[in-house]
Amino acid sequence: MSFDERGGAPVSRPSSTTEGREPASRDLPSSGRPSEGRRASLFSWASSYGFSTAGTAVGAQHARRFSANALLLGAVIPVGLLIVWLIASEATSIPDYLLPSPGQVIGAGVELANQGLLATYILISVQRVLTGFAIGAVVGLALGAIVGLSDVGSKMLSPILGAIRAVPSLAWVPLLTIYLGIYEVPKITLIAIGAAFPVFTTVAGALRHVDPQLVEAGRAFGLGRLPLLTTVQLPAVVPAVVSGLRLALAQAWLFLVAAELIASSMGLGFLLVDSQNNGRTDRLFLAILLLGILGKATDALVGVGERALLKRWG
Amino acid sequence: MTSTAPAAAPTARAAATPALPVALNGVGRAFPGAAGQPERLVLRDVELKIAPGEIVALLGPSGCGKSTLLRQISGLDRPTSGTLTIDGTRVAPADQRTAVAFQEPRLLPWRSVARNIELGLPRGTDRAAGRARVAELLELVQLSHAAQLKPRQISGGMAQRVSLARALARNPGVLLLDEPFGALDALTRLTMQDLLVDIHRVEPTTIVLVTHDVDEALALADRVVLLGTRFDRPGATISRILEVPGARPRDRASTVLARLRAQLLDALGVPSHHDR
Repeated sequence: MSFDERGGAPVSRPSSTTEGREPASRDLPSSGRPSEGRRASLFSWASSYGFSTAGTAVGAQHARRFSANALLLGAVIPVGLLIVWLIASEATSIPDYLLPSPGQVIGAGVELANQGLLATYILISVQRVLTGFAIGAVVGLALGAIVGLSDVGSKMLSPILGAIRAVPSLAWVPLLTIYLGIYEVPKITLIAIGAAFPVFTTVAGALRHVDPQLVEAGRAFGLGRLPLLTTVQLPAVVPAVVSGLRLALAQAWLFLVAAELIASSMGLGFLLVDSQNNGRTDRLFLAILLLGILGKATDALVGVGERALLKRWG
Repeated sequence: MTSTAPAAAPTARAAATPALPVALNGVGRAFPGAAGQPERLVLRDVELKIAPGEIVALLGPSGCGKSTLLRQISGLDRPTSGTLTIDGTRVAPADQRTAVAFQEPRLLPWRSVARNIELGLPRGTDRAAGRARVAELLELVQLSHAAQLKPRQISGGMAQRVSLARALARNPGVLLLDEPFGALDALTRLTMQDLLVDIHRVEPTTIVLVTHDVDEALALADRVVLLGTRFDRPGATISRILEVPGARPRDRASTVLARLRAQLLDALGVPSHHDR
């Protein structure tokens, strides 16, 4: 399972900073600017994808603020599904072990809560996701910076990282279990692997596409390598970093379930496996619903942070 | 509205760098060709001495290497032959005695106008002095009201004025302008030319201005340096140097300028339709 960013066409997007201004193409061949050819790199698709996610978030901001009925419209299908579910479970002869009623699912939740398990499962899963996400994000940022800023780094690391990214998450499970045992370390490692790649690809891509004209202007005004990084390059990639983090968080939840297949005794992924073994369809429904709700909630939280950051740096 | 001259400012200037002379000796620049192609000679044998405080316009057809020559003076690019000196010493990479205003404003979109100008301040300027200098420059380019706006909130002409102010923040010994008004509409361009005349009166630094606009060159420059390529040789070099008479601001309709304009247009291979 690899995150499906590849839906975004590999459009070679001109840097967003000078949009609407005439590019200085007049003396292009003689001006010694970095060649456009670099844009056709492995990462061009990643950055266009990264920016577009940030873009929709900004656009949606207005829609959300101005229409209270966006909330209503968004609720139509979930409520409709709930009604269909109610009718299908109560008014048809589909047996409970195939389709539990909403009441039974809530009951399963209450039962788990009374045993003190529900909170434990949720907390351990959230903790694994957040820890793995944090580690993966840092690793992804570091690798992205190396590949995005250094040609040698890019040439050395891009092929191997591309290959590692292509390995399905479940393929790591047996090896991680043998090497790292069955407790928290292999689970968090797996989630970190999953979270690192979206950050890595978006950051590397964005750093490569920082407007070369801005970089040159910074150089002309006496900025050395490090000040240039902090004054021009890093602020320029903030939107991409943020959307990379958002993708990474979603990815972390995906990898969580794979991680909790590793001999676990707690967590929402464990609840899925355990319920399947015991034929507890009501608990399966509960686990899936919780995964959906938690994933959406953490994403919304990151979205709030994203809007604040984009207001400052976007 | 054109020359509401903020001419009373020079007293406020603390650490003004004096205008510096520039000398180009046999400067040439060749770019390596694409795979298997021979290298491409863009500039050759450029000899030019620029006096401190002088305004020189580099004029030439598109793609003749004007900007490349400017980049040699700024130290953003290095010549493949010949030497450049500013005030007698060799031009360093991204030479800090120069400041460039590019054809595009190249402002950092996440910084306010004032903070963008700050970027131009020499390293190690103390905070209070820096703030005072930025305020002074904002006034000079008539943007005090826009200090806190972001680049995307201002017009192209305003953005170019910010870019100019950022370059001036350096107190440059040599101010390099790469078609700074090229992308502006005709009226804004005239206003900006007048503003530049005002600025030069207040801060009389050496200015090298790249332009393909004959009228702009005649309105601003002490000397117009024409770059051109001979049909039988690759690489552009100076084909002609014209002294432009008259104190600035100059009468745009002057007959003397009209004659010079005709000469320049002829030299650029454009029919001037001038009635001699």
